[in-house]
Amino acid sequence: MLAYIGRRMAFALATILVVSAVVFMIFAILPFDPAALTCGQRCNEQIIEANRIRLGLDKPLYEQYFLFISGIFLGRTYGSGSAAFTCPAPSFGYSFNENACVTDMITEALPITINLAVGALILWLTVGIGLGIVAAKFKNRWPDTGSSVFVLLGTSLPTFVTGLALLIWVTIKWKIIPLSLTGYTSLLDNPYKYFQYFILPWITLAIAYAALYTRFTRAALLETLGEDYIRTARAKGVGEQKVFFKHTLRAVLAPLVTMASLDFAGLIGGAIITETIFNLPGLGRLTLRSVYEFDLSVVLATTILAAVVVITMNLIVDMLYAVLDPRVRIK
Amino acid sequence: MTELLSIQDLHVSFPTEDGVVKAVDGVSLTVNSGETVAIVGESGSGKTVTSLSVMGLHKKGSVIIDGSIKVNDGGTIKDVVALNADEVRDIRGRAVAMIFQDPMSSLHPYYKIGNQLAEAYEVHHPGDKKAAKARAIEMLDLVGISEPAQRAEEFPHQFSGGMRQRVMIAMALMNSPRLLIADEPTTALDVTVQAQILALLDKLKKEFDMGVLLITHDLGVVAQVADRVSVMYAGQIVEEAPVDDLFYTPKAPYTLGLLKSVPRISAKNERLKAIPGQPPSLIYLPQGCAFSARCEYRHLAPVDCAITPITLHTDSAGHSSRCHIPIEVRNATFAKDLQEMK
Repeated sequence: MLAYIGRRMAFALATILVVSAVVFMIFAILPFDPAALTCGQRCNEQIIEANRIRLGLDKPLYEQYFLFISGIFLGRTYGSGSAAFTCPAPSFGYSFNENACVTDMITEALPITINLAVGALILWLTVGIGLGIVAAKFKNRWPDTGSSVFVLLGTSLPTFVTGLALLIWVTIKWKIIPLSLTGYTSLLDNPYKYFQYFILPWITLAIAYAALYTRFTRAALLETLGEDYIRTARAKGVGEQKVFFKHTLRAVLAPLVTMASLDFAGLIGGAIITETIFNLPGLGRLTLRSVYEFDLSVVLATTILAAVVVITMNLIVDMLYAVLDPRVRIK
Repeated sequence: MTELLSIQDLHVSFPTEDGVVKAVDGVSLTVNSGETVAIVGESGSGKTVTSLSVMGLHKKGSVIIDGSIKVNDGGTIKDVVALNADEVRDIRGRAVAMIFQDPMSSLHPYYKIGNQLAEAYEVHHPGDKKAAKARAIEMLDLVGISEPAQRAEEFPHQFSGGMRQRVMIAMALMNSPRLLIADEPTTALDVTVQAQILALLDKLKKEFDMGVLLITHDLGVVAQVADRVSVMYAGQIVEEAPVDDLFYTPKAPYTLGLLKSVPRISAKNERLKAIPGQPPSLIYLPQGCAFSARCEYRHLAPVDCAITPITLHTDSAGHSSRCHIPIEVRNATFAKDLQEMK
């Protein structure tokens, strides 16, 4: 098991290196001059040239890449003399647009995105799997029909419609949940404000995902109910409830876990639309802004972060699968 | 000898959009302790539907069952058709147990073998986990699985097909049922393993003083283990007899057709003798003999087989058959045809 994790980690590291190198190359090929982009309004050749040296863009590409990588482990100092400033390790570069170390910007945005994703995940798993169970248990009766209406709405309404609708009605018209003006508050500091801040974004994200999970859970349960081993359980004299909630549900668990982990990983990369609608300064918004402003060092960092999250979640899924499905053995 | 199962005039039909499918149409049969009764027939003849009815394993609301299925539950006779869901569940796995065709898919892939066996015991002896575990290991040992305590901790995918069928048999016998239904227990296994499983079933039948209802389409299996045979066609029993009588003096044209279609090593360069045609639709059954359209002997009958209603007739020797052709004509013709075959 440990050897397996070690091997996978090494492989993950290599993948991340390749991803970062590719992203780095793409930005080098792009017809933008970062030195000129960060130059400001009263710009001239000297300032651009000075910027170029300060950013290290005068050096050859491989050296730039090496400096970027070494910055992650050792931190990085830009400029020289009295104008010098340092981004401590792990440094993912410096944003001249925002005049801040990229790492600081990410550490500020990441908790918001993680809180958004975790809350939404809990909500959609509860609702999605719950409704899926109800739909399968009452197949072709009204709870099933009701849940299929939910599935249809959830899958066909885009997030920007549900999100905006929630914002307009719940917050602005009915004033059930006031517009949060204080910004992000941690759960430990003020749980009430925390939920006020996140509840609508959670619902917005959860509706879309819960619909998919309802459909999947229902289909998987009904398929499993037709399996031979379910008939065996009934033949033993096992009661219907136990057949459903033990034998059938257990078989559906493994694929559900896989699905949830990968969807969660995707969300950590940033729920751009939801974060934008509800004005949440998370990773999605950070990425979006950086793309608009050609803030390449930030885009590079968020891209690598997304890659790290997806690779890590994949590793976790594989290990969870080995726990959940005895047929899968890790060697 | 105790009567363990007595099916009387069983009708099972499934309402579908195209019409009512009569899967079982007036089947009667009995199984006594110590005896193996085989139901033979091709796919769709109603043999599996019959066995699932005994277990009460049909989906609720999807099926119409009529007639009676009397099961001997420790001396008390219970009619499965009349019982409610909980009462049938109580019989399942305790008084009547069943093993299925495909052992590869009949075990839950996510639970340990020992736990799956123990569950069969716990269902009927709630709370007695220790005894269930011990019983599981005891049964694994009994069906010939070596190092049963260790193997009980393994998962189904770590067992071969034959081993899994042994596990299924062990599971079925957890509560020492008197009646065992084996639905094509050897169909999914290769021939050498088949023989082992059949021998095991036979041995356990004696040890547990069970009656076995064996569902199969394999006449070789029937000849090997059955005491009495019921041949089913289109939901009806067309012939019922002790195994030797059935093989040596078949009295229904369908049975003869089945016997003739068994491939023989001695018959070189000969085409397989299949029964021509297809079984009738179970929605639109003919008024008369369901086999008439495919019967090569129907010209011998004094009536029009397709429209003249017909019943199962039992002779003095206890040999039942369903045919319009006069018995003397059948005896002579069939004997001649069987002779030609050899």
